[in-house]
Amino acid sequence: MSSEVMTSPTDEFLKGLWRENPVFVQVLGMCPVLAVTNSAINALAMGLASTFVLVMANAAVSTLRNFIPKQVRIASYILIIATFVTIVEYVIQAMSLELHKALGAFISLIVVNCLILGRAEAFASKNTVPRAVLDGLGMGLGFTLALFCLGSVREILGSGALFGFSIFPEGYQPWVIMILPSGGFFTLGAWLLIFNAFAKRRAARLARQEPAL
Amino acid sequence: MDVRAQPQPSAFAMYRALVGIGVVCGLLIVAVYEGTKPMIDANKAQALERAIFRVLPKAKASRTFVPSGDGFVSTKGPAQGERIYAGYDESGALIGLALEAAGMGYADTIHVLYGYDFEAQTIAGLVVLQSKETPGLGDKIEKDPAFLKNFEALNVQLDGQEQGLAHEIVAVKSGAKTKDYEVDGITGATISSKAIAALLQASASRWVPRLRARRLDFEAQAEVQP
Repeated sequence: MSSEVMTSPTDEFLKGLWRENPVFVQVLGMCPVLAVTNSAINALAMGLASTFVLVMANAAVSTLRNFIPKQVRIASYILIIATFVTIVEYVIQAMSLELHKALGAFISLIVVNCLILGRAEAFASKNTVPRAVLDGLGMGLGFTLALFCLGSVREILGSGALFGFSIFPEGYQPWVIMILPSGGFFTLGAWLLIFNAFAKRRAARLARQEPAL
Repeated sequence: MDVRAQPQPSAFAMYRALVGIGVVCGLLIVAVYEGTKPMIDANKAQALERAIFRVLPKAKASRTFVPSGDGFVSTKGPAQGERIYAGYDESGALIGLALEAAGMGYADTIHVLYGYDFEAQTIAGLVVLQSKETPGLGDKIEKDPAFLKNFEALNVQLDGQEQGLAHEIVAVKSGAKTKDYEVDGITGATISSKAIAALLQASASRWVPRLRARRLDFEAQAEVQP
């Protein structure tokens, strides 16, 4: 068992959503974050696909944690992750070719998303299956939330629409730069600013409460 | 204590873990592939069907042909290599043909499907099947209505000898189109617009003379259909 402080199952789930959000706090998996967030639907689909892979890989790694020798663990994790990514790719193709076309090569690149390998190595290989699944679910949904935050902002400003529905009056001139790669950096920078401001205020509040205890 | 923390696991344990996981993963992938294949094939066929009716707006039914010798023969099921789709109206009369064409764009090969109208001797529609053009700029070739309007009636008349096109299909600056064989380009997507014009020129000058000469191949097949 891990030497970490035991946390409640709810906390295991919630930490990924906010306190340890994979994108805004851990700044992991930047490749898909910047690449596929040019529209809200792409961001959502990518997030959910990653979540599925994360949950399944965490469950498998946690189940096999006593079976996999330390020396070959990374190779085994990659094998497991790649299998689930391939499955996701086929399922997305079966569901919608349009979506598969939009996500393109980035589905296959989930394999090398360091978030997934990171959770397998840092968490799933040291924890029980239910905790690993909760962790995967929390991290995955946190990742999805972050992608959606970026994707919706970029789509609204860059195409003047959300989920393909126009939301601005006719004369709106879209900021094309927002759906180009540089727009991804701008948006990510703005969100990180907001998250860091929140984290600072929370730390300051905790520091003020400390002496009172 | 964790098993993995022990100093030296046997070589067999490592072998067992990697091979075991590999075999299970392999079986899983094969199962999912087999399970989703019919749906993926159906999706692809449906997408192609939709594209055919979009580039031949007047067509109500379609059949697939493959080149055979000098002419063309009808085929059923998934054909390999070059395919030509013929579109017919309600009475089974031939309207036009849909062809696939490909050419180098700004980022990667652009694949398109275009419709050829026998009566009007024009390209009657164009759908981009696959492209990796820059989002926001080059990818306008897929959905920009003003650009796609170019291909509702693009002149591909044959020259006197019926060996090539009378006019070369060329892309011009946005708004500068004066002839019906010119393609109005997109500002900010010059290379992508030119790529579309060039791949249409290459494909049409190669196929249209051949298709017109063998028009009966497609007509004859239509009569068989109930």
